[in-house]
Amino acid sequence: MSNVITLTNIRRVFSMGDQQFEALKGVSYSVEAGEFVAIMGASGSGKSTCMNILGCLDRPTSGQYLLDGLDVGAMDPNQLADIRNKKLGFVFQGFNLLARTPAVENVELPLVYAGLHSRERRQRALQAMEQVGLSGKENNHSSQLSGGQQQRVAIARALVNNPAVILADEPTGNLDSSTSEEIMSLFNSLNQQGITIIMVTHEHDVAAHAGRQITFRDGIIIGDTK
Amino acid sequence: MDFLQTLKIALRALRTNKMRSFLTMLGIIIGIAAVIAMMAVGSGASYVISQQIASIGSNIILVLPGSTTSGGLRTGSGGAQTLTSDDVRAIMAECPSVELAAPTIRSSGLVVYGNMNWSTVLMGTTPELFEIREWGVDSGRGISQQDVDSAAKICVLGQTVVENLFGSSDPLGKIVRIKKVPFTVVGVLNRKGQSPQGTDQDDSVFVPLRTAQRNLSRSQTLNSVGALLIKAKSEDLLSKAEEEINNLLRQRHRITGGKEVDFSTRNLSEILAVAEQSSKAMSLLLGAVASISLIVGGIGIMNIMLVSVTERTREIGIRMAIGAKKNDILLQFMTEAVLLTMLGGVIGIALGTGGATIVSRMLDWPTLISFQSIAIAFIFSGAVGIFFGFYPAKKAAGLNPIDALRYE
Repeated sequence: MSNVITLTNIRRVFSMGDQQFEALKGVSYSVEAGEFVAIMGASGSGKSTCMNILGCLDRPTSGQYLLDGLDVGAMDPNQLADIRNKKLGFVFQGFNLLARTPAVENVELPLVYAGLHSRERRQRALQAMEQVGLSGKENNHSSQLSGGQQQRVAIARALVNNPAVILADEPTGNLDSSTSEEIMSLFNSLNQQGITIIMVTHEHDVAAHAGRQITFRDGIIIGDTK
Repeated sequence: MDFLQTLKIALRALRTNKMRSFLTMLGIIIGIAAVIAMMAVGSGASYVISQQIASIGSNIILVLPGSTTSGGLRTGSGGAQTLTSDDVRAIMAECPSVELAAPTIRSSGLVVYGNMNWSTVLMGTTPELFEIREWGVDSGRGISQQDVDSAAKICVLGQTVVENLFGSSDPLGKIVRIKKVPFTVVGVLNRKGQSPQGTDQDDSVFVPLRTAQRNLSRSQTLNSVGALLIKAKSEDLLSKAEEEINNLLRQRHRITGGKEVDFSTRNLSEILAVAEQSSKAMSLLLGAVASISLIVGGIGIMNIMLVSVTERTREIGIRMAIGAKKNDILLQFMTEAVLLTMLGGVIGIALGTGGATIVSRMLDWPTLISFQSIAIAFIFSGAVGIFFGFYPAKKAAGLNPIDALRYE
């Protein structure tokens, strides 16, 4: 199988004044298409920094990042925005839906920035909502949805542009254990349909749903188990 | 991302905070309404002045008889009858820049018809006067050269005189007594309205020059006339005509060296042009004062947009994470600001137009709302949005998506 993500010796150094802090000290790994990877580690281990780089929200200080065959490290902010729009789907801990906006419009949002026409947007958004089991909730605002339903909307939004990878940052962090279980089985079923998922978590039972666990400590990978 | 979508997002954002959006707009509404109303009042005033200029007639020079010194006392301008009908003839013959010249003899007196009487201005003149003043007859006929030559006892009435003496009945052919002398009414003049000095120009009776000289004037010499009204051939020739008249009359009146000049010339259009200029300057000043409130309104917009950007940091982060470019965010907030000001502009234009109409109704003050001032107000309100919306929008677009997503 081909690699969707290839990280080679990624380093990320933050400088605060004259102090320098190396959050990632040379990280290399690759993810194949169709994998479900959990990234684990304590806070400060570098997993969030790595996630930001994977999500093209941040750029590595050095090293090479190939996403779907493209050298992302060399791109400018506008190109990165395009990559985020077309190749990536984000699921956040706090759902991050737009308030006072119907669920279906939240799902459509990536397609708006992709420049699709409204009819195609709506069709694909409804399809994505069906995929996460939210048919009938299209016009509900996020305040009218439960936490689990909001996270499903967020997952539908991540799916709608057919991304190469879905990046989930503590997707169950704000949910109770039974809802977490639902969301994780949704991830599993999406993964079985061939969607590549990378998920950050610090809960072992959540990480157990993934087929592969990568563990970070102090800016390096200390474990990679399948 | 297409513009329609941007507009939709902006509208939703404004609807979310209706009260805040309205209060923010209020600054612009008041500013634009003030500009529109002030401009309307100002241009109304200059419209009146230009109407008055038109009512006088164009390219007119007034020649007034000068003062005389009798027994050490000097009379004021017009106090002596130093101009004659011969002067008028000479001006017509010898001044190439003059198109028409009309002598006038002005007095006042009682006009009686039946049991009605009315004290008014009596004006003896020649047919040229009506040509110079561009003043036609409403009914009947005007004064002809033949009337002047034969000193006919006929008169032409202004509208105000007709209203006061005849009411609604037809004055043509009726006999009125002017200073106890019977005159036949042969015509009624068109309505002329107020003069620039505020006097009612329709409150006057016109009679042939020679008739006035013989029957109505107290002057000793039958040949003498009062002021002369002279029309230059064109606006460019106005000052040349004035100079020619001056030279001619000095010659004819043998004024050399230190001898006192016994006449004076005045260029009416020039005086009115100055008045028009000052009223234009006034309306510009009013507009400038009003536009200060627009700037204040613009600062209000900027303030609220900055608050809005801070409040919606997380939203900006989400949008960036799922693919919004810097320009998308910039455009979104700019659209919001411009929408706010333009909406305020439209409401302000409506309010200003309404306000100006009320002012003109209640205070009987003419107002004029030009398409131009509405267009300027509209464009200006948009420009205020662009100017004061840019900085907050720039700030929003410059946010780092990671920080923005983490913002609580």
